[in-house]
Amino acid sequence: MFDLTGKTALVTGASGGIGRAIALALSKAGARVALSGTRRDALDAVAKEIGDTAVVVTANLSDAASVEQLAKDAEAALGGGIDILVNNAGITRDNLSMRMKDDEWQSVLDVNLTASFRLARATSKGMMKRRWGRIVSIGSVVGTTGNPGQANYAAAKAGLIGLTKALAAELATRGITANVVSPGFIETAMTDALNEAQRAAILPKVPAGRLGTADEIAAAVLYLASNEAGYVTGQTLHVNGGMAMI
Amino acid sequence: MSDIAERVKKIVVEHLGVEEAKVTENASFIDDLGADSLDTVELVMAFEEEFGVEIPDDAAEKILTVKDAIDFLKEHATS
Ligand SMILES: NC(=O)c1ccc[n+]([C@@H]2O[C@H](COP(=O)([O-])OP(=O)(O)OC[C@H]3O[C@@H](n4cnc5c(N)ncnc54)[C@H](OP(=O)(O)O)[C@@H]3O)[C@@H](O)[C@H]2O)c1
Repeated sequence: MFDLTGKTALVTGASGGIGRAIALALSKAGARVALSGTRRDALDAVAKEIGDTAVVVTANLSDAASVEQLAKDAEAALGGGIDILVNNAGITRDNLSMRMKDDEWQSVLDVNLTASFRLARATSKGMMKRRWGRIVSIGSVVGTTGNPGQANYAAAKAGLIGLTKALAAELATRGITANVVSPGFIETAMTDALNEAQRAAILPKVPAGRLGTADEIAAAVLYLASNEAGYVTGQTLHVNGGMAMI
Repeated sequence: MSDIAERVKKIVVEHLGVEEAKVTENASFIDDLGADSLDTVELVMAFEEEFGVEIPDDAAEKILTVKDAIDFLKEHATS
């Protein structure tokens, strides 16, 4: 249904569970995709699954210079400007607020929020020239509801919503949209680590009665990246099985 | 070097869709020619492309009038 033939995309965190699914979905729709993360082996494996429409560009998103370089490397590897930016990379460093160290706070803000801003800044000029662009950032239900032990993560994810609304307002006249996809609990390596008791505590809070899949997040991203979603901007699309209806 | 002035004016006319007569040297992009702040970013990108220069942000912020653009490009243009 959604055709991205001729478009290019940069997906950060493409070595992770959700990023991999997003990269696969975009490339299946016809986009050429630059896969980014820190682990080259894992990125190469995803690129192999996709085939010759994928390229790999490593970067450490906690480092400003590395983020600037990533935008350039991705454009060089794709042979043109980036049409679709997916800010998916994310980390957690959980701790109760009163115990949270400055570096736990800062590292989560750097990777989840600041890198997303920097990449949007670096890619939006080209999108403006081409009069078409999509900036999709992966938030979290926690950015809207809060969660004990995640002051840093909740602040960063809420920050993505504000960033997205500002970008949407600035860039709307140039055919560029910015949106957030906000997952609830999704089956990935992160949630595989939950034990039975933890799962049993989570599931009653989810009306759908199950965790979501990475493909269900990817489908939301694909929609927002499509031509069909051109009039949707500044929004947060919650994909959480009804766990929070907001 | 009047060539540079002509090329700058042409870009301004094309980008802002204004009448050539209005694009005087002292015209301010925002106050006189109806540009918004995003238009000024695009104008700078168009100058960069046309003249083969990179205009750093701190210099771009000072390009407010047609004359500002001409003066900067007279000094820095490579093509
Ligand atoms: N899983 C869930 O239930 C869930 C729920 C809500 C929101 N989310 C959000 O969804 C997104 C993806 O999550 P996921 O579950 O797929 O996580 P994941 O499997 O842990 O993947 C995280 C990705 O981020 C990349 N990354 C981390 N730090 C980086 C850094 N400093 N520089 C560059 N890349 C870095 C990792 O790359 P390397 O491994 O190569 O370093 C990896 O590809 C995140 O933003 C997360 O917050 C997930």
